[in-house]
Amino acid sequence: MNVLPKQVSSSRMKHSASRSLIFLMVTALSLSLATGCHKKRSGIDPNSLGPSTASAPVPTAALTANPVAIDPGQTVMLSWHTTNANLVTIDGLGELNPNGTQSVSPSTSTSYHLTAKGEGGATEADVRVTVRPAPAGSTGLDSANTHNGSDVSDTAFHAAVQDVFFDYDSYDLRPDGQNNAAQAAAYLVAHPGVKVLVGGYCDERGSAEYNLALGENRANSARSALVDAGVAAGRIRSISYGKEKQFCNEANESCWQENRRAQFTIDR
Amino acid sequence: MKRMLSMENFRIRSSTHSPRWSFILFLLLCSCVAPVSSAQDGFKTETQSGSAERLRVAVASFKIGTVDPHNEALHTTFDTTLYNDLANAGIFDLVSKSMAPQVSPGAPAEVSLPQWAAAPSLAQMVAFGTLGVTGDRLAVNGFLFDVKNPQYPQVLAKQYGETATDDSARQIAHRFADEIIARLGGGISGIAETKIYFVHLAGGNKELWAMDYDGANQHAITHLGTVSLSPRVSPDNTRLAFSSLGHDGFQIKMYSLLLGRLVNFPVSGGTNLSPAWAPNGKDLSYSSSRTGDPEIWISDINGSGGRRVTNFRGPDVSPVFNPRSGSQIAWISGRTGLPQLYIMETDGSAVQRLTDGGYATSPSWSPNGQFVAFAWNRKYGPGAPGGQDIYIMEIATKRWIQLTHEGGPCDFPSWSPDGRHLVYANSPDGRAEHMKIWTMLADGTQRHPLTSTGSDMPNWSWK
Repeated sequence: MNVLPKQVSSSRMKHSASRSLIFLMVTALSLSLATGCHKKRSGIDPNSLGPSTASAPVPTAALTANPVAIDPGQTVMLSWHTTNANLVTIDGLGELNPNGTQSVSPSTSTSYHLTAKGEGGATEADVRVTVRPAPAGSTGLDSANTHNGSDVSDTAFHAAVQDVFFDYDSYDLRPDGQNNAAQAAAYLVAHPGVKVLVGGYCDERGSAEYNLALGENRANSARSALVDAGVAAGRIRSISYGKEKQFCNEANESCWQENRRAQFTIDR
Repeated sequence: MKRMLSMENFRIRSSTHSPRWSFILFLLLCSCVAPVSSAQDGFKTETQSGSAERLRVAVASFKIGTVDPHNEALHTTFDTTLYNDLANAGIFDLVSKSMAPQVSPGAPAEVSLPQWAAAPSLAQMVAFGTLGVTGDRLAVNGFLFDVKNPQYPQVLAKQYGETATDDSARQIAHRFADEIIARLGGGISGIAETKIYFVHLAGGNKELWAMDYDGANQHAITHLGTVSLSPRVSPDNTRLAFSSLGHDGFQIKMYSLLLGRLVNFPVSGGTNLSPAWAPNGKDLSYSSSRTGDPEIWISDINGSGGRRVTNFRGPDVSPVFNPRSGSQIAWISGRTGLPQLYIMETDGSAVQRLTDGGYATSPSWSPNGQFVAFAWNRKYGPGAPGGQDIYIMEIATKRWIQLTHEGGPCDFPSWSPDGRHLVYANSPDGRAEHMKIWTMLADGTQRHPLTSTGSDMPNWSWK
């Protein structure tokens, strides 16, 4: 008389079904927020500028920020250099000298957009300043960390690459996870000098040994997504941490969700 | 219906059938549709073996035989350890110290058997002897006398000599206790000389520690400064296999208890976890994801000749050999979702699922091959009572009993070599820093903690 779960399965399935519905809603919301944040500052319509005079030289423009990533409250020095321009503006800062510097202290990550207009037309330059979220996993001020010959800082990496999150006892990529993995893959394809470490993590519930195996499956799910998207397998190192390295230590679902993930970091 | 055995059914097997039990049996017989398998009796573990009536044993305070300043402390250690060992064995009706005659016979000529036979002691057996330090040597003479056989009372006479340390006094007491248990236990060998290996939390790191079976003598084995898990001692007590976090993730490591250092074990791809010794001491099974998915592998104890045993998508982890036959493995697989308990032959054939749902982890196979102890959260749904507790399942029938109740999450049961005790880890609130190692008889009684907080994943030595 082999017995299979009776009361167990139905209630559990209902439970997980409602939970995945919530996840879908959260995912949709966060996606719309994410696209909303990246305002397209495409700036000037070239057609409105009129025909450029062939003889007039085209303006040049360069805009840099130092450092490119800060903690909230810190300042960044913006420097710009233009030629052949008679009107130089940076969105949010107004009209400026053709060459100059200015310190700014954005509270959130901001893209600074410079427009240099002259007789020969208009040229644009952009720089993005990243403001780290306060209790981020990695601390310290090694923001402009450009090891590995790849000129990629941890901050820039984490700004472009999001971790992949999983459902309870699952290592299948959810739609939001597939999206994040695809973004990570795109970033890695665009930055061939970067090696990545994929860490598999689990929430605190259940048994340590099983969670290490589950974390391995999670890391491998994320790794497979990267490889399928064209990232060379040799650039990826994966490690399961199971429930041995918790990020969030409270016994509630939001905390457990934070811990159930595959995390991407630069493998130096 | 019959799958769940109540504690009462479980224990009642050892005594004669009570009227109530007969009534239940009668009901079962009447109601059964499937004629043969339904009317199963309760199963019994080694804890219930031996006679139903426990032998009443008294332990005299040992006589101090020499004049030495160290005598007092070692005498206290010895007496306490010997008494606790016999009590922990769970097979004796031990005469409490307040009921025992307040005498210390040091030799056969000094013992008065009627004195021990009289009320309130009513002892059937009495252990006594002499202890004394001379120079740096500790000498112990121990006797066990049959109170009911005044003509030929001597059952045991033992002599021990060691360097005079507190640990020596404890180990001599363990050895003498094991001799008594071996003689009176009806074929059960004692466990007082066995060790328990475990994980000890140290800041963010986890190191491997060892202690005596009774929780004394806790000391560190490794100092690796990382997370080391799943200590498993070899059947001959010479090596400790475990899994440790390094640059290549979790890898199997091998520590020689004789050399006091790590010995080589090759790094392989993927995550490598939860080693388990075959009873022959020559094979090691573990979980490895070197092929991309965590599977059960078997290699020799140097890590060579590895072969994959399972081939299922999803986590496969925590293998343990049948210690009696060596030809079967119990392990945990997540192939169908939540982790379940399975068994198979070591060649991967005859796969059989044992648990019918819930979340099952951390199997430990009993020394006689009959049972698997494991941690199980039966998950009867949101809000339903019950958490992760220790269970025992009889493999042949898949019938189980629950040993722990309502005490917070329990995990990592490990059988004592006599099959009568279990150690396990428990944390009232589930937090790792509140985890203690507990011991109990295999029927769930005589439960008590062996360690303070921050201890996890106990593994009982094979002998």
